[in-house]
Parts: sequence; structure tokens; C-alpha cells
Amino acid sequence: MVQNYVFPASVSEAVTVLSTNRGKARIIAGGTDLLLELQDGKHTCDVLVDLTQIAELKNITEDNGFIRIGASVTHAQAAKSELILQHAPALAQACRKVGSLQIRNMGTIIGNIVTGNPAADAAVALSCLNTIAEVTTQEGMQTMPLEDMYAGVCLSCIDSCCQVVTHVKFPVKQPGQGSAYLRMEQRKALALPMLAVSAMVSVQKDSFEWARVLIAPVGAGPQHAVDAEEFLKGAPVTPETIAKAGQLACNQAKFRSSAIRGSKEYRLGVLPVFVERVLEAAVANARQA
Amino acid sequence: MASQIISFRLNGEVLEIAVSPSEMLLDVLREKMHLTGTKRGCGKGECGACTIIFNGKAMNACLIPAMRAQGADIQTIEGVAGPDALHPLQQSFIDKGAVQCGFCTPGMIMSAKALLDKNKSPSKEEIREAVGGNICRCTGYIKIEEAVEDAAQALRANAVQGGDL
Repeated sequence: MVQNYVFPASVSEAVTVLSTNRGKARIIAGGTDLLLELQDGKHTCDVLVDLTQIAELKNITEDNGFIRIGASVTHAQAAKSELILQHAPALAQACRKVGSLQIRNMGTIIGNIVTGNPAADAAVALSCLNTIAEVTTQEGMQTMPLEDMYAGVCLSCIDSCCQVVTHVKFPVKQPGQGSAYLRMEQRKALALPMLAVSAMVSVQKDSFEWARVLIAPVGAGPQHAVDAEEFLKGAPVTPETIAKAGQLACNQAKFRSSAIRGSKEYRLGVLPVFVERVLEAAVANARQA
Repeated sequence: MASQIISFRLNGEVLEIAVSPSEMLLDVLREKMHLTGTKRGCGKGECGACTIIFNGKAMNACLIPAMRAQGADIQTIEGVAGPDALHPLQQSFIDKGAVQCGFCTPGMIMSAKALLDKNKSPSKEEIREAVGGNICRCTGYIKIEEAVEDAAQALRANAVQGGDL
């Protein structure tokens, strides 16, 4: 049961509170998942350490060739951010799909990663952008690639009782690059994704220089469709290569049949089409720039 | 567990109240302040019945720790009507038949108000995005959309006349 609720004024104050409480204090940002998990008894803690009053964590900035997102930036904030719309349309599209407007006004991008959900919209989009997290503890700050942050399905490597993910960052978009996000759902609001795909491409002279294609939920966190990515390297941008990449994406799509997300067979059937569409949208974005 | 006194603006009036660190704002509003217009539905942020306007944004009161209300500006359904008349949204919901059982209505109106406070000429898409997080199982949403469009029109007409809503 939560005995104390504190609002540190800085990141160093937050990690000090975590450290002095020795595993009994936990970070809260948006809280849209954590509060329910506390109610359900999935976590217990005596102290909640709320990040939302820390000024440096509230913003999206362009910094040294990276777009940097603070820990209390919400999905609604990111979905409307000029920087995100310009450099990471995949992320803006993903943020518009989370929960409902009320949830998007509360839930944070970094929370979307730290909950460890395998098909969290923002996390799937951030994966194609080559995102790095900045993780602070009492000992100092370390960086960690987003894909190393998953310990299992719905399990994060981040221990919110001693670590604070203060920011995530990804490189600014270069000419010829583009990204997109797409998901399948049962209805247009308050629905979990049955299937989520994101792609970032670099197109030079009508060929793919490279492509990153991510699919979820097919494992612990978003998974690279490595066969499709390998095939697209240097391939011409044609409907045929894009269709072939869609087929190859099935090689890494280990769906499980789920009452909530749909059957394995159905999702395997639609995956190639979604990969095609997301690649087409990413190419269109690359050519726009 | 030690209660703490917090202070916030509720429907225009600044007040102080003792809350516990584990309490949710929805429970403070309903059980301590007896403002039961804000409904408890799912309690998990999935139905929108508890929607309030928190610092200008529609949010689910069931997912806001009460402690976070310190210094906030909060509106609930009880603060929407003017001294002499209903808010145009409330009037339009009645006129357009957008209320059936009524349980979702306070949350629906708060979501729509958060939209119209910032945008008095919303598109259908914007209205749908605003109320998409409010589950209604009676009306089928068509009447609700019409009511929000009707209220937006009334608010625009009022703005032209220089009225103060």
C-alpha cells in the first residue's frame, strides 16, 4: 500500500529517494498502467516517486543530431509535436492510436516502453527509429538501446525501484529517409492492437539503401523482420520487392492464437499486406522530404 | 498512512482537502466532496464515465492519483452549467436526444467540452476523436455527434454576439 507520494524537483532527487527507500519506492510518470498494476497487486511499494513536476523531463527537443523525448512527455503531446511529425511520422501515427484521448493525455511515451508490453504502439514505432534510452541510477547515467530493454513478454529490464529512464532519443531524419506505423484493431478507440508494424527506410536513387521493419506482438518487445530487412538492402523500390518483403516478414512472425488479439492463422494472413502498406507509406514519407 | 492537505481549483473555486497518498481523484470527488456527477464505470480508464477536465485536458479521474491534483485546475460536470442556464452542450444533448440511460453523459459532455473549449469549429473526425474514449451502449453515438455539432454552432453564434459563456 502506498504510504507516501513525492514530487522530486530533479532527476538526482528522484534517484536519491529510490536509493534511500531500498526497493520500496517506485517511479510513476503517467501511471495509466502502473496504478492498475498496483491495484491488482502485481507490484507493491511504499513510496511513489512522481516525475511529472521535473521541468527537464517535460519536453521534446532537437539536441546534437537527435530528437530527445523526456519521461513525462505524453502520447498526446508527441502526436502533435512539430519535431515528431517532421522527424518521426511513425511515432506520431502510433501515439494517435494509444487507448483514448484521455489516456493519451496522461500516459507517457517512456511508460509505453517500461511497461514491457510486446505491442505497445509507441514502442513499436520507436524501435524502427533506432531509439536509445538514457537510464539514470544513483551511480550515474547509462545509455541502452530500446531493443535491450525487454526481459520477456510484459517484462522490462528496467527496475523502476532503482532506475529512471529520463529520456529516449533517436537520430534526426536525413534526406531520403522516411517512416510509418500501422496497426490492426477491432475498433478505432480503446482497442489493443491485434497486429502492429513499423518501418523506417532510406531510399537512394529508387533503391532501398536499408530498411528496418518491426512487427509485434510476436515476442518480447517489437521484433525485427530480419529476412525482409536483409532482402530489401539494395533492392529496387518496386511493388514486387515490397510484396516480397511482406511475404518474408512472416518468417519472423511467431504469432500465438489469442482470444484478445486474434488467431495465429488470421494474423499471419494479413501480415504481408500490412508490411507492404507500411513500407509504401514509409517510402512516400522518404520521397516527400 | 498520513493524509496530506492539498489545494486545487475545482469548478472555479480554490479549496483545500485532506487526501491519502494511495487515493484516486475520482474517490476524492465522489466520496469526500459528494460530487457524484463524475461516474465510476470500469475504474480502469477504459470507459470514460469518470472524465473530468484537468488543466484543460480531458482525463480519466479513476487514473489520477489525488496527490497530483495539488495546484491543478479541475472542472467536473457540476461546474459546467452557468448560473442562469445550462451550458450549450448540456442543452444540445437534451434537444438532440443524445441522452438515453444517462450514465455516460457527464463524461461525454466533459470530453466534448474539453474539445470545444479549444476548438469551436471541430470536424466530425475531431468530435469522434474527442468522444472515442467514452463508451455509450445506448445511443450509437450519432445523436451525440449531432449534439456536439449543435453546441459548437451555438457557441460560435454566441461568440459573434459577444456573449460570455
